[in-house]
Amino acid sequence: MAVLDRPADAGRSHAIASPPGTGGEATLGHVNPGLRTERLLMKGNEAIAEAAIAAGCDAYFGYPITPQAELLEWMARRMPEEGRVFVQAESELAAINMALGAGAAGARVLVSSSSPGISLMAETMSYMAGSRVPCVLINVMRGGPGLGSIGAAQGDYLQATKGHGHGDYHVPVLAPSSIGEAIELVSDAFVLAERYRTPVMILADGILGQAMEPVEPEFPKLPKPAADWTIEGADGREPRVVRSLHIQPADLEAHNNVLQATYRELVAREPRWAGELLDDAEVVVVGYGTAARVARTAVERAREEGIRAGLFRPVTLWPFPVGGLRAAAAGARAVLTVEMSAGQLVEDVRLALEGTVPVYLHGRTGGMVPSPDAVVEAIRRVCVGVPPLRGVEELR
Amino acid sequence: MTAPSIGRLIYERPALLSSKPTSYCPGCGHGIVHRILAEVLGELDLGSRTILVGSVGCSVFAYDYLRLDSVESPHGRAAAVATGVKRYRPDRVVFTYQGDGDLAAIGTAEIVHAAARGERFTTIFVNNGIYGMTGGQMAPTTLPGQKTTSSPWGRDTSVSGYPLPVTEMLSLLPGVAYAARGSVAEPGLIGKTKAAIKRAFEVQLEGNGFSIVEVLSTCPVGWGMTPTAAMERLATEVTAAYPLGTYVDRAKGIAPSMPVPGSLVRSLSEGF
Repeated sequence: MAVLDRPADAGRSHAIASPPGTGGEATLGHVNPGLRTERLLMKGNEAIAEAAIAAGCDAYFGYPITPQAELLEWMARRMPEEGRVFVQAESELAAINMALGAGAAGARVLVSSSSPGISLMAETMSYMAGSRVPCVLINVMRGGPGLGSIGAAQGDYLQATKGHGHGDYHVPVLAPSSIGEAIELVSDAFVLAERYRTPVMILADGILGQAMEPVEPEFPKLPKPAADWTIEGADGREPRVVRSLHIQPADLEAHNNVLQATYRELVAREPRWAGELLDDAEVVVVGYGTAARVARTAVERAREEGIRAGLFRPVTLWPFPVGGLRAAAAGARAVLTVEMSAGQLVEDVRLALEGTVPVYLHGRTGGMVPSPDAVVEAIRRVCVGVPPLRGVEELR
Repeated sequence: MTAPSIGRLIYERPALLSSKPTSYCPGCGHGIVHRILAEVLGELDLGSRTILVGSVGCSVFAYDYLRLDSVESPHGRAAAVATGVKRYRPDRVVFTYQGDGDLAAIGTAEIVHAAARGERFTTIFVNNGIYGMTGGQMAPTTLPGQKTTSSPWGRDTSVSGYPLPVTEMLSLLPGVAYAARGSVAEPGLIGKTKAAIKRAFEVQLEGNGFSIVEVLSTCPVGWGMTPTAAMERLATEVTAAYPLGTYVDRAKGIAPSMPVPGSLVRSLSEGF
């Protein structure tokens, strides 16, 4: 498939996101090409699962759904081998609530699903946010709405970044665009979850889940910090309660203020992105995940044609890297958002740029993936101020 | 005049029961069940390693009254939350405290599958046949003909079906090690209910499967009755519909089993 015709680090090095807390543009990670002796070819779903195990995941709960089923299957075999908890739940509802219980009891927890299943989990994501229970959720997105398709899509961007369940809360959202980066981000997600006591979502898609790529054999390991809030039996101390209910409005507002302070800190410290060829870019192409892989190919082809294009790839979708994007687009004639959705990421791009630069969209939906040719054509058009053809129409 | 001599202490607040006044209405059974739990966990010396998994409904504040580490669940999901707690901390004692709206309506899937998996926690299922907290609406357990705010002419079985016999249904599952139904209708039954709850926790410690005690209880406000009349209805009409007793105790040989495949059906050769 054209989208995946190059490994993640072919050509210009693929940026690996900077560690949590550094807040800024990604630099090359710890990977040193000269030291590579052996690499593994792994499927995305399986690599994410194994990365979670390496990172010290204590418990996994899931339910079969395409295109993430291999993640569940990998955990079904590996978690018992490691003496850790694996339960195939009766539904996504049950899976996420098992995660709530295990997380409240102090476990490092992973759950995974795909779009329709994430919608079912939304209720308890709100409870987890309100109860401040850490958890990492993987969404291997497929086409929607409804049962949609099993093709790769990015139609859950707004759900992931703006709200799944009810109430005033946010969840950090990390978006890998290669399997190698997904491995790094699984570990980072646990760091964020525990540091800020929040659920964290990794927003992948069906291609990242199903494709195979070479990865480093050493997966990040993570020490587990002590926690003073988990439930384990009130032995010689006052009982602890993990809850989201604060029946008195003033109490709930005080609790919400704590959550909001946490979100402000996340916004200040944790936005991450990767940029390529941005220094002199007249057209800044914005995309994440698989769409960013296509965009990257298109940017390189546009450069070959003499159009100074660059790629801005958000790694955290929430908090959105507003400052980074503003700086990248400051001297640009146009910004083009490439997404596998009907215009979701573009909303954040427009909010960040506040009308300072014209923002255009090229999006495909339903499991269809933008082609590099179509994105190059869109770059040509927006560079001279002409809106791109709508992505849903085939370019001839 | 001499001071009265200090007699033998025969009644006190259990250490695991908070002194905080409860939010329960006069005549409600939750307070009785809370006290039973505090007594049982105290007598078994389990308070320091027990985790309460709360639910949604009138008993949502149970963590304010029972001095135990606790986690709140979304409506109906307590059995899934308890699964997560117990799987990660199998050496702890874990129980859910759920009403009939929570367990028998929105949480039906979670309780059935936790029981089917034989999860090694205990469920205290307080059945008062109504949604109390939200204003007395019909529950799956509401008796035929019973008037509620959402069955104003009485539960019509042609429209709303029949009461869900949760304990009888769960008793058929091999994963259920203990199942019993008690009541708070009178002191003798409260004592028997306490014994059942104690046995349920012992079964959890034995680690042989899921344990559940359904406790028939009252909702005088929701039923539109005085506390006394509500207790009388509980002792008669409600108990007639939901028989009391031990349904399963596998370790003691009380073990109904799922019908053997073929035993309840005519074979194909006999025709449909």
